[in-house]
Amino acid sequence: MLDSGSGHARSGTVLLQTIGLTKRYGSFLANDAIDIAIRPQEIHALLGENGAGKSTLVKTIYGLIQPSEGDMLWQGEKMVLAGPHDARARGIGMVFQHFSLFDNLTVAENVALGLDGKESFKAMSARLEQVSQQYGLPLDPQREVWQLSVGERQRIEIVRVLMQNPKFLILDEPTAVLTPQEADQLFVVLERLKSEGRAILYISHKLDEVKRLCDTATILRGGKKISTCLPREETAASLARMMVGTEIKQVKAAANRQTTVPRLVVNDLSLAPDEPHGVHLKNISLELKGGEILGIAGVAGNGQDEFFAALSGERLAKDPGTIVIDGHAAGHLSITARRKLGAAFVPEERLGHGTAPRMRLSENALLTGHAASGMVQNGFINTAATLATVDRATASFDVRKAKRDPEAASLSGGNLQKFIVGREILRNPIVLVVSQPTWGVDAGAAAVIRQALLDLAAAGAAILVTSQDLDELADIADRIAVMFHGHLSEPLMTADADRETLGLLMGGSALTPKDVPDAVGA
Amino acid sequence: MELLEAIILAVLAASTPLLLAASGELLVERAGVLNLGVEGMMIVGAACGFAGAWATGSTLIGALCGILAGVVLSLVFALMTLGLAVNQVATGLALTILGVGVSGLIGAGFVGERIATAPRLYIPGLTTLPFVGKILFGEDAFVYVSLALIIGMSWFLYRTRAGLVLRAIGDNHVSAHALGYPVLKIRTLAVMFGGGCAGLAGAYLPLAYTPFFVPGMTAGRGWIALALVVFASWLPGRLVIGAYLFGAVSILQLHAQGWGVGVPSQLMSALPYLATVVVLVLISRTRSGGSTAPAALGTVFVPDR
Repeated sequence: MLDSGSGHARSGTVLLQTIGLTKRYGSFLANDAIDIAIRPQEIHALLGENGAGKSTLVKTIYGLIQPSEGDMLWQGEKMVLAGPHDARARGIGMVFQHFSLFDNLTVAENVALGLDGKESFKAMSARLEQVSQQYGLPLDPQREVWQLSVGERQRIEIVRVLMQNPKFLILDEPTAVLTPQEADQLFVVLERLKSEGRAILYISHKLDEVKRLCDTATILRGGKKISTCLPREETAASLARMMVGTEIKQVKAAANRQTTVPRLVVNDLSLAPDEPHGVHLKNISLELKGGEILGIAGVAGNGQDEFFAALSGERLAKDPGTIVIDGHAAGHLSITARRKLGAAFVPEERLGHGTAPRMRLSENALLTGHAASGMVQNGFINTAATLATVDRATASFDVRKAKRDPEAASLSGGNLQKFIVGREILRNPIVLVVSQPTWGVDAGAAAVIRQALLDLAAAGAAILVTSQDLDELADIADRIAVMFHGHLSEPLMTADADRETLGLLMGGSALTPKDVPDAVGA
Repeated sequence: MELLEAIILAVLAASTPLLLAASGELLVERAGVLNLGVEGMMIVGAACGFAGAWATGSTLIGALCGILAGVVLSLVFALMTLGLAVNQVATGLALTILGVGVSGLIGAGFVGERIATAPRLYIPGLTTLPFVGKILFGEDAFVYVSLALIIGMSWFLYRTRAGLVLRAIGDNHVSAHALGYPVLKIRTLAVMFGGGCAGLAGAYLPLAYTPFFVPGMTAGRGWIALALVVFASWLPGRLVIGAYLFGAVSILQLHAQGWGVGVPSQLMSALPYLATVVVLVLISRTRSGGSTAPAALGTVFVPDR
């Protein structure tokens, strides 16, 4: 497939090759005979849905997992890795998706932990400053990690890897948590690393990025390699088809949706954080009408969790009037009281926040439905009603599960999310607050969930969606506001909210005139 | 003056077992493991320490027996919580109950026996100095060991790479594993160190504090050591303050009761606890920024291979 008259310039030595690499967990094949070849000066994309086996493959290449079968060749010679230090010694470096950083240690200490400790701490610190300047990745070695933004944290990871002077870098979804501008800066660094002769394995499911940045792409599905192709010669749709295996349905908003009266109003909400590393919410105001979907964009950790807690009633506001649900002052009300007013909430974290992992689905249905769905009669649980909810959610939202009423933890992420969203939508809420509705959900389930949100809005509900996925918000939201350091920007009409503008807002560099009263033209 | 000297000597003696046990536990907790079995390891250390010294007549061998006993018991804990990923709180509590039982069994034959107390340092010219001589140069070896232990541990935690790795594992074991550090091995070593310290602290009681063994003679000191670690915000320097403060108030309130201060004795007995909590909480208030507890404390880690 590769190099077959496609004009691929670097047909020279292969840096890393896997031959029939297989990893088995019991009877489950996480990787099934994967062949992949990576050359110097190449950015090689690894594409696939969640559970396709991308992480297993790169962890094997980094020595964290021992393969069940198959070989790895490094510069033509067989490579067996006892652990990550073996990989590092050969010049393989990895930037993890969920950062492998230590919050209570300083930047320099974090970097030192990623190296093999052959140089003194002082020499290492000096080299750290030199490398971070050389690549335009500024870092203060003395600061503790918990004080840093997500972008800065990623810089630590990258500098840590660069200090090993690697021949081969693995990046696991590096842009998932970055603003578009931060992502652009990262691409400049990656292009430079490539021009220095290093090879990069780049995991992502953002297809536009892959088309822009990567020379080659290998696509995995269900643990198997589907294809190796040249992403610049493919379309985003053809890549997506290879990843998913079927066409993805486009979500469709109902035409001429009517907006009605304000259902959810937030008036000048300010709230101090209740934990040491939390974000202070500052003067948040918004008005959301029935039939409308408002998207809240922003890099994770800018106050979205705190805002969700304030809206859902997990944390109470001092002044009841700061949150108004369907005309009732609700800032002082508990979660249950807010549900009785017709609100429903879907938190970001599925297991542990959205559901109790070890409880059955019917019991989980009861946990949010007890207030207003007739599931409790005279203090006793109506089991038939809770089971009926499970059945209705299963039927309406295509929840796939092994038996009628399994434990929540036994469902896959996408199916559990469909159940949670379904459970709330079946209560016919007039206000739905949903956080990261499709985070870590496969494309098919994501389409189902987005369509369900659009249909609920068409039925007259007001919906507030927090998401880091700008494409998702562009698909479903009528207006988009950006959260930064606890401030919420003025909402923009989705048609006016191009990535450039949103990216600037997400980085905090374009405050609205309201935030800066003396700004020119305000 | 003589009274003051006697009080200071008594304070050092009362504080040393707390400091020994708490330093070990501090290192264990810095590695992210919560071992609530300190009391159990101490009491077994006391019984075995007494048995060793009684049989050989040597304080040193007694102390080594105490350390060994603590290490053996801590290995039971390590096997359960690190090897088999059992809940740390439950295992720690069980360890204490086990320790009390085992020490009673070992010590049953020794009740009523006496041994010579640990020898004290004597440097001609220095120990005979007025007032400071006995306090600075006339202690038993345990006092010096406990202080050396704290200094060595601070140096280890903050100046060595191994200490950095240990703190990193306590902060985030998943990341440490991803970087290739042997989380369970390092934790096992830390738990063994903690067991040795607790065993030594226990052995101190029959070897230096009182020259005989009584069942249950640790009298809750293991629990106090645990509390000291928390109130010291996992910092070795504050542990010294906490341990000596607790020792000082315990001795002073005894003297105060002797002098006939008109306060109920129960309230006086509660003073050391109150004073230590208040002082350490006040110190903690001034620390700004990051959370103080090791983030992975008490959580189970199972590496995926």
